Amino acid sequence: MSDKLSVNFAGVDLKNPIIPASGAFGYGREYENFYPLSTLGGISVKGTTGTKRNGNLPPRIAETPSGMLNSVGLQNPGIDHFIKIELPNLKTKDTVIIANIAGSTADEYREIAEKLENTDVDMIEVNISCPNVKAGGAAFGVTCEGAASITKIVRSVTKKPVMMKLSPNVTNIAEIAKAVEAEGADAVSLINTLLGMKIDIKTRRPILHNNVGGLSGPAVFPIAVRMVWQVSNAVKIPVCGMGGISRWQDVVEMMMAGAQVVQIGAALFSDPFAPVKIIEGLENYVSENHLNNLQDIVGTVIPW
Amino acid sequence: MKYTQGKYPILSKKTLAREIYDMTILCPEIAEIAKEGQFVNVKVNGFTLRRPISICSIDREKGTLRIVFEVRGEGTKEMSQLAEGELIDIVAPLGGRGFKVDQFETAVIIGGGIGTPPMLAVAEKFGEKGTVISGFRNAAAVILQEDFKSTGAETILCTDDGSAGKKGFVTDALKEVLARKKPDVIFACGPDVMLRRVIEIAKENNIKCQVSLEERMGCGVGACLVCACRTIRNGDEYYAHVCKDGPVFNAEEVLFDE
Repeated sequence: MSDKLSVNFAGVDLKNPIIPASGAFGYGREYENFYPLSTLGGISVKGTTGTKRNGNLPPRIAETPSGMLNSVGLQNPGIDHFIKIELPNLKTKDTVIIANIAGSTADEYREIAEKLENTDVDMIEVNISCPNVKAGGAAFGVTCEGAASITKIVRSVTKKPVMMKLSPNVTNIAEIAKAVEAEGADAVSLINTLLGMKIDIKTRRPILHNNVGGLSGPAVFPIAVRMVWQVSNAVKIPVCGMGGISRWQDVVEMMMAGAQVVQIGAALFSDPFAPVKIIEGLENYVSENHLNNLQDIVGTVIPW
Repeated sequence: MKYTQGKYPILSKKTLAREIYDMTILCPEIAEIAKEGQFVNVKVNGFTLRRPISICSIDREKGTLRIVFEVRGEGTKEMSQLAEGELIDIVAPLGGRGFKVDQFETAVIIGGGIGTPPMLAVAEKFGEKGTVISGFRNAAAVILQEDFKSTGAETILCTDDGSAGKKGFVTDALKEVLARKKPDVIFACGPDVMLRRVIEIAKENNIKCQVSLEERMGCGVGACLVCACRTIRNGDEYYAHVCKDGPVFNAEEVLFDE
C-alpha cells in the first residue's frame, strides 16, 4: 500500500481516510474476524457513556428504501469498561483510535473526557447528536448554545483533538459548526442520522419500539454531501464526512465536497468488507489520476 | 471464530410449501465449521440489510449447507427469485452460540412453523435418540417431515386445525411425550408464545432446555447491537444480542415481554 492515501487530520496521522463509524463497528472485535484492523485509517468506537447503558427496547432496526432506521439508544458498557478492557486491545491494532463519547448532562461529558485524558486514545469524537436517547444527545446538538457549551466543557479538560459530531436535524448546520469551532473544537464530523419513522401498515405500529429512529444508508448520502459542503465552506477546522457512503466513488465525492476523512456505517451491514474495498478503490483512483496524495481533491468541487 | 463472506453456487432449489423455499449451497469452507443452530446472512440485491436465515442442515462431506426460508417481505421475495446454478452472497457461519448438543444423549426437538428448519440439523445429530415434534398451522404449511423421519427419530406432527397429524399444539404433544419418557434436553425454535410454553413445561419437568430466538438484525456479527433480546445475566436484566450472544439461549436466561 502506498502512502498516497495518508492524511494528517486535526493533528492525527492516519494511513488512509477510511474510518468505520461509531455504532456500526462495536470496538472492532467482530470485524477482526474478517480482516486486520490495521487496514483501516482509524476506528470510531461505539458511543460510550459515563456508566453502562442497556439501550432501547427492541425492535431497534427497520429497513427503508436505500437505507435503514436504528434506535439502539447508546447501549454500551460504560467508560471504565472501555478504558480497562477495550482500549488495551485496540491499542495493539495499529490504527487510530477515536473514542466516541455521549452524555445525558454536561457533567457526564466532562467526566468521560477527563477519564480519557491520560489514555491512549488518539482523538475524542463528541456525540451531541444521538437521536435515540431521551436526555442529552441531540438536545445539545440542535442549538448553537448547546453545541458550544459541550464543546467548551470537553475542551477545558482535554488536550486531545476534539471532534464534535453534528446533527443534521437542524435548520442551519453551518451555524452549529461555527459555534463549536469558536469554542475550540479541532474538527467536526457529520452527519449523524436523520430522524425518521416507519409504520407497519398491518398493525399500525411503528417498526421501532422507540417509534422513531435515525436514518442512515445510501438514502441520506446526498444530504450528507450537501451538509459537508456547507460546513467546510463555513469553518476552517477540518471535516470528517459521513452519511450513506458505500463505494469509493462516494468517498471521492464527499472529499470533493470538503471532507478530509470519512466514516463508513450502514455499508458495513451490506458488506462487512466495504471499508477494505473502498480503500482498494481509492488506491486505484489515486494512481489512475496521477495524484501525489488523495488529499489533493479535498474541497475541489467547482460550484456553478 | 472465523467469518467468511462470499458468493457460492446454489446447487438445488425446491419449493417445499407455499412461499417456503429450500436451497442447497456449495460452500465447503463454511460447511466445515458451521454448527447446528447457526445462521447465514444473505445479501439481497437492492436491499441495505442482509437477511439472516438459519442453517437447516450441514453436509460436511459434500461441503454443502441447506437453508429453508419463508417469504416474509420484499427482501425474502427477491431472495426467492434466485435460481439453481446462480450465486448467493452470504456471510457465515454466524451466531456465537448454536445448539449445544454434544453433552446430551437423548433429546426432544421441537419446531414451530418456519422455526422448524434449524431443528433438522439437531435431529441429524441425535438420530434414533431424538424425538421430533413439529407443528404447523395446517397441512399446506407442513414441511420437512420425510427429512425428520430419515434421521431415525420418532416424529410427531401437529397442526392447529388437525388437517395433518395430530390436532393441537406442539406443547400438547410435548406433555404426552414427557409422560412416557424423560429426555436429557429439549431444543426448540418457533414463535415466542410457543417457546415460552416449552420453557415452562421443561422447568416443570426439571429438564434442560435451549431455545433459538429471532430479532430484527443489522450487522449479524455483534457490532451494531440492534438485535437485542431480554435476558438475565449474573442476576441482572441484560439486553443480549441474538446474532452474537445467541441465537440459541439456555431457557433460564430468556425473559419474555409481559
